[in-house]
Amino acid sequence: MTRQDFTPNEMMTIAASRALTSEDVCFVGIGAPSAACNVARLTHAPDITLIYESGTIGTAPDVLPLSIGDGELCETALTTVSVPEMFRYWLQGGRVSIGFLGAAQLDRFGNINTTVVGDYDKPKVRLPGGGGAPEIATSSGQVYITMAQSKRGMVEKIDFYTSFGHGDGGNHRQRLGIDTKGPTLLITDLAIWQPDPETKEFTVVSLHPGVTREQVQETCGWTVKFADRLEETPPPTPLELSTLRDLKARTERAHKGAEAPGARKGSKDG
Amino acid sequence: MARMMPLDEAVRQNLRPGDTAAFEGFTHLIPTAAAHEAIRQKIGNLTLIRMTPDVVYDQMIGMGLVKKLVFSYAGNPGVGLLRRMRDAVENGWPQAVEVEEHSHAAMANAYEAGAAGLPCAIFRGYRGAELARVNPNIKSVTCPFTGEQLAAVPAIRPDVTFIHAQKADRKGNVLVEGIIGIQKEAALAARRTVVTVEEIVDDFSNAHPNLCILPHWTIDAISLVPGGAHPSYAHGYYARDNAAYLEWDEVSADRERFQAWMEENVLNAAPQDFANRVEKLRTAQ
Repeated sequence: MTRQDFTPNEMMTIAASRALTSEDVCFVGIGAPSAACNVARLTHAPDITLIYESGTIGTAPDVLPLSIGDGELCETALTTVSVPEMFRYWLQGGRVSIGFLGAAQLDRFGNINTTVVGDYDKPKVRLPGGGGAPEIATSSGQVYITMAQSKRGMVEKIDFYTSFGHGDGGNHRQRLGIDTKGPTLLITDLAIWQPDPETKEFTVVSLHPGVTREQVQETCGWTVKFADRLEETPPPTPLELSTLRDLKARTERAHKGAEAPGARKGSKDG
Repeated sequence: MARMMPLDEAVRQNLRPGDTAAFEGFTHLIPTAAAHEAIRQKIGNLTLIRMTPDVVYDQMIGMGLVKKLVFSYAGNPGVGLLRRMRDAVENGWPQAVEVEEHSHAAMANAYEAGAAGLPCAIFRGYRGAELARVNPNIKSVTCPFTGEQLAAVPAIRPDVTFIHAQKADRKGNVLVEGIIGIQKEAALAARRTVVTVEEIVDDFSNAHPNLCILPHWTIDAISLVPGGAHPSYAHGYYARDNAAYLEWDEVSADRERFQAWMEENVLNAAPQDFANRVEKLRTAQ
């Protein structure tokens, strides 16, 4: 294998972008999901509808937002609605086909913790909390998850069920009366995972170019299952790679530009 | 009926120790100047409500003014965690803070219920989510028509809501544009509402008929504070000060540095300082 001209994170973002289509209405989480969704929009899925929880519908940002409520999202959106309308009519109303989430802690059944590390009442680390995720996870038609692999992030047992995936596996969602599909895809920096049709445990179906089974296992806190027919993720195309890199470069320039004034010495910013 | 007055007077008249208060803004139009005025007046023992508590609530918590926090996402947007809030929750410094945690959907529905005069909000949410185990204010009801189990949370009815908006007219009608977030619901759910604005114009006579406008008779006090949403942004006026959010991550990491920063930038500052803070961030209009 020759030396690769892309990073694992670039592979992750591009693999995630390929899962999206022009027909999708995608509720976008900030960070890695946001980059993937916009690469999809700028390459093979120009008509995808991107929704951010701040109320922007059909947004087409030229640079990636730092927060879910950046002005760029509103300025490039088809329309901007209030936050209650966003959660009631659009998410709860069943208009979102894909919820795209990141995770601080994830288990093998796609349950996500972004609330606390340790006990809820005496946390070791108090994380930001769920935000929109608990309902994105259950009201979107299906859920895609993207995160870089690590033993701290991909754990045997999560400390808190912020957002419900497949629970204990099997038909746990149906037993709770949840009629949406839940997590159907996990894209990491090393592999693509899909839930087993019966047990709902995430199973590696494709390794990114140059990645070994051992690497996937070493960075995952549970014993990894691999599909019988393991594929190799096609490497990024030149177009995908240049689109992602241009987007990141534009983003960095734009955010640096906005930073300069506030960064001056002696500023009294509150 | 909206009355125009300086911000210090608006805060003194409308925020009392022990109040339940919402300083709302969903990453945009965050009423920082009003929160800083509350800190200067040392109005404490507060129950603070906000969907996305960020830097200003971190500051109020770090200054020991907060008894309880009701929220759905507590983070420094685009940067990371709230270090003063963590210090209060994890170590009780400077005092312990009680936490009532929800999801965004729950808070949005609860504000809307408050604005609608209902006792509670009903929605399809919290399915499989563990917050329902740790927050006794998350309950469920059965739909009398279909039998579906739905989530219920109490309506939010703040004693006072503070928001920042782009414009007021001479009569005190208020216009909010861009990402309008939860401001309208938060204002209409509250017993008293205070609005800081970027500018005061003669009237809104040429405005689009469907703009988000709060009539003057829904507002108690209006204060002109240009730049009052800094370091967040005001659509059409100035951009977000991303560097300030990054700086806060460092300032808030250390108790003494935090206190020195608050002394210099809040306790010894005034509402009119905000205009300078956004000068270089102003966007072409």
